[in-house]
Amino acid sequence: MIKAILTSKWTKVLVFALCLAPLAILIWRGFHNELGANHIEFITHATGDWTLRFLVLTLAITPLRKILRQPQLIRFRRMLGLFAFFYVCLHFATWIGLDKFFDWPEMWKDVQKRRFITVGFAGFLLLIPLAITSTAGWIRRLGGKRWQLLHRAVYLTAILGVIHYYWLVKSDVTKPLQYAWMLGILLAWRAGDWLYSRWTRPAARPIQRKTSTSAETA
Amino acid sequence: MVIRKKGDLSYSDVTPKALYMGRRNFLLGLLATSGAVAAYKNFPSLVAAAGPTGSVPVKLNGLVQGPYSKDNISEKVTPAQDAMHYNNYYEFGTDKTDPSKNANSFVTTPWSLSVEGEVKKPRTFTMDELLKLAPLEERIYRHRCVEAWSIVVPWVGYSFSALAKLVEPTPSAKYVAFQSYFEKKQMPLWREAGIELPYVEGLRLDEAMNPLTLLCTGMYGETLPNQDGAPVRMVIPWKYGFKSAKSIVKIRFVKDQPPTTWNITNANEYGFYSNVNPNVDHPRWSQAKEHRLGGGFFDRPIPTLMFNGYGDQVASMYAGMDLRKNF
Repeated sequence: MIKAILTSKWTKVLVFALCLAPLAILIWRGFHNELGANHIEFITHATGDWTLRFLVLTLAITPLRKILRQPQLIRFRRMLGLFAFFYVCLHFATWIGLDKFFDWPEMWKDVQKRRFITVGFAGFLLLIPLAITSTAGWIRRLGGKRWQLLHRAVYLTAILGVIHYYWLVKSDVTKPLQYAWMLGILLAWRAGDWLYSRWTRPAARPIQRKTSTSAETA
Repeated sequence: MVIRKKGDLSYSDVTPKALYMGRRNFLLGLLATSGAVAAYKNFPSLVAAAGPTGSVPVKLNGLVQGPYSKDNISEKVTPAQDAMHYNNYYEFGTDKTDPSKNANSFVTTPWSLSVEGEVKKPRTFTMDELLKLAPLEERIYRHRCVEAWSIVVPWVGYSFSALAKLVEPTPSAKYVAFQSYFEKKQMPLWREAGIELPYVEGLRLDEAMNPLTLLCTGMYGETLPNQDGAPVRMVIPWKYGFKSAKSIVKIRFVKDQPPTTWNITNANEYGFYSNVNPNVDHPRWSQAKEHRLGGGFFDRPIPTLMFNGYGDQVASMYAGMDLRKNF
């Protein structure tokens, strides 16, 4: 039943539509004059927040599919990751077009001088190759191992994203810390999973080999 | 000089508007205060005897016009809706829309302001006394936040010097320290503020005595809404907004430079002076430009002016000072 839902074409369409909802709400608010007194800040924060949320969601897929034993969840990982990229592009475009109004020298100065912008910009740049190589063709071209290695950069992007938020706030770190906790748990799970497999596999491998060789000789 | 007659300031013209509060809170507030409002309207003498109530902005009548009033200022005033629903008041939450949502039930009556320290005549003022201490003047000031956004607000009040002269500062008074109201019960979000409370601010004596420095009791022709620092606050238009302490309960004339909240929080980013200065960046962002609230969707940021455009009136106080060091 769950498998049927997860593998259904329509579920993917539904998830896609849901991922666009934050943008739709933002546009709706824009047309109904509900972006508050400082619309630039509102849009910047909304798109920034959704970038972090999609990064967290993307990173939650692997732990969830293992814990829940729902391997089909992997079908949504690329989509969620690309939506993180989509919202960070909107975030970046808002900064360029609305906040700084194409003042390139000023922006370049900001990227160099302001550490929260430096780390945010670095995180954004890191996501670009991941977005480009997200297709099946690129997985083939790079080979699974190398592709996987490259896409581990998403951990760094997520960390940089949270630092970007943490360094940006004036004194109330509640929200950045919430993201830091979520990210910390997801990364800690991976570290635990990796350690666990390292402990169990070296012992399991020789046995497997032995049985297979004995099977061949037999 | 305008001599104010007793009763010039009428509370009878109560204009509670959904504007100041969210609609739901407004209705709740209306229910809660309608009784008190009725008492105000019909039996002014009962008001003093009535218990503490949350404040709903009321119209201030007979405002005096001056050099910063409507007729003399061409600058476009920020819509009240924008100015009152986007501001910082960390005691009521750190999001810019938090204060207008969370300050509705803040009790500001009765209120007393204690003025003490290096003065000959220390005393405590009631709100009524403060409102009648000098003619209330409408002053349209640019208000520039350290976060690089700005508004243009028609404040109501009088020069702080009027109050200072009454208490007669002694020659040893060199600075003025301001303290905001703080009560954990009324400000349950205080823990998330990340700043030491109560909020404290300070000015050099000459800055405090500058005619531009406003002891403010209203905005947009009405008493201050809670989220903007009711019932009495400071407005120092050539300094970043955080220098203008809200909901003041204590003013102390002192010998030494007093501690100030944001300077305590992060001394590298917020200095004692905090004059608006486009040439000295905040370590994390540029101060060269600002976003004027209430404009169009694609409005460009506008250049920030030295001393927020009040250089003629204040620059001489800082002659010879290195404003990069004394930021």
